[in-house]
Amino acid sequence: MSIATVETVAHGRKRSARRRRVVIGVLATLIVLAFAATLMIGKTFYPPGDVVRVILGENVPGASFTVGRLRLPRAVLAVVAGACFGLAGVTFQTMLRNPLASPDIIGISSGASAAATFAIVMLSLDKTGVSVFAIVAGLAVSLLVYVLAFKDGVVGTRFILIGIGIAAMLDSLTTYILDQAAEWDVQEAMRWLTGSLNGTKWSEVVPVVIALLVIAPVLLSQAGNLTMFQLGEDTASALGVRVDRTRLVAIVGAVGLIAFATAAAGPIAFVAFLSGPIAARLVGPNGSLLVPAALVGALLVLVADFAGQFLFGTRYPVGVVTGVLGAPYLVYLIVRTNRVGGSL
Amino acid sequence: MTTAHSLLVEELTLGYKDRAVIDSLDLAIPAGQITAIVGANACGKSTLLRSMSRLLAPRSGRVLLDGKEVHRLPSKQVARTLGLLPQSPIAPEGITVSNLVGRGRHPHQKMLSRWSKEDDEAVAAALEATRTVELADRPVDELSGGQRQRVWIAMALAQRTDLLLLDEPTTFLDVNHQVEVLDLLTDLNHSSGTTIVLVLHDLNLAARYADHLIALASGRLHAAGPPEEVLVPETVHAVFGLHSQVITDPTSGKPLMLPIGRHHNAVGAGR
Repeated sequence: MSIATVETVAHGRKRSARRRRVVIGVLATLIVLAFAATLMIGKTFYPPGDVVRVILGENVPGASFTVGRLRLPRAVLAVVAGACFGLAGVTFQTMLRNPLASPDIIGISSGASAAATFAIVMLSLDKTGVSVFAIVAGLAVSLLVYVLAFKDGVVGTRFILIGIGIAAMLDSLTTYILDQAAEWDVQEAMRWLTGSLNGTKWSEVVPVVIALLVIAPVLLSQAGNLTMFQLGEDTASALGVRVDRTRLVAIVGAVGLIAFATAAAGPIAFVAFLSGPIAARLVGPNGSLLVPAALVGALLVLVADFAGQFLFGTRYPVGVVTGVLGAPYLVYLIVRTNRVGGSL
Repeated sequence: MTTAHSLLVEELTLGYKDRAVIDSLDLAIPAGQITAIVGANACGKSTLLRSMSRLLAPRSGRVLLDGKEVHRLPSKQVARTLGLLPQSPIAPEGITVSNLVGRGRHPHQKMLSRWSKEDDEAVAAALEATRTVELADRPVDELSGGQRQRVWIAMALAQRTDLLLLDEPTTFLDVNHQVEVLDLLTDLNHSSGTTIVLVLHDLNLAARYADHLIALASGRLHAAGPPEEVLVPETVHAVFGLHSQVITDPTSGKPLMLPIGRHHNAVGAGR
């Protein structure tokens, strides 16, 4: 073998690694900038100095309440929930080799929403109770879809189609419950249907941060194995990947992220679905998308929430904004998949 | 550079659901040789290959790699000794040739480990052996069928296993590319002593390229041995239900099977 060939190989590898580093760096910078902007900008503008002092724990009249109690938890939740959605979505999409295989399409988010609505309207549970209910339901629905889709192994398309069917059933259940609900419950339940960061409290943010800190490293440790799933499960297995174990870890981890993030912020529409494909466009096809997709998710939620609050005459919840972005992409993807057959 | 590994199948029974596909099969794969598995459609050729490479657990019986049950060995350890190229592997959209070939290094890499010089060298050697160096930076989806198959073989070569199993590596290829792929595998066998096992559809190409032929008929071993002994009219009839004449291939000196249909009779032959 010639040295020139080795250099060609090393060169190509370094080029895609460099592109990946640049994309991750740029995304991280944009997140920091957007995060800072959401803390400063609002009905009242606070200069960076005030914001920093609030974060460091000093008491700044006015700013301590507005930035420390209102804007900061909201922005932190936007980042961590967005990262959860992005990471969970791309995990499913990579594992099942299909961009439609996102938890918000295949019923997991619908399950959490239906359960939350039920808990609010029928059981009148408090916030913690509703969250627990939603997390358990999300896990239960994904288990149900998995069991129904399992037949000599899990095939992506079957998993997705069964998930879409289950999602439709759960959505009609939600509509039925809302129809029975008292007016004040409907408002609370709506948060669970669109996704919103309004009135975020630290007590809601902390569980999501913990979930991300625990689950993300586990998923990232499987990043290499998950990337092998892109070659098909037979090839992955032939290359030494323990396919069943990786799939189990990926499903449990991703559903856990979705459930915790949904419990705090509602199913912010299409973030899980959009982040992976956007990340794939940015970093190219040659490597794991887990970290870039998590960053895209965080940025998407931060920016969409900011836009929903200030860009329009009225304030819209973040899920409305991401829904407007995501729906046309879903249509595009289905049209294109019919033509060429899709993969992430 | 290759160490001889033994691959044995003992009383192996395989199946999906209630259907048995392979029934109490015994075989030995000769080390350092090219073995071709032939048989009619649905006779269990691919199923056997999948099980030998640990993708399908046996219902009963065992697959032994160097005397150890392959289904009980750690998956990465097996993947460093035994490689498999499935019949229709999937290339992710937009992936480049060198990246795809590089994925063959997966069993040699530890979690979170960096790429080593050895990895780059293995990929480079695989590209050169398959004459795909010029394609290194091209997306796999832009390649022709023959080029793509060479790239997949390059991926399997980058895995650097002493045993390589291939499931119908020549299907969907034009005849020139079929010969090219088989020549390439023969080069590999000659230069590194790699043990090669392939499922082939074409009996004559199998007889020409293989040192050892295995003929399966409905999940059982019908015959195994050198092509001269296996490719005879009796076996062809038992395996495919086809009358045939076997002559000596003037090009290679190997047996060449000529099918006899209802409209053509064998002129000057026994049957």
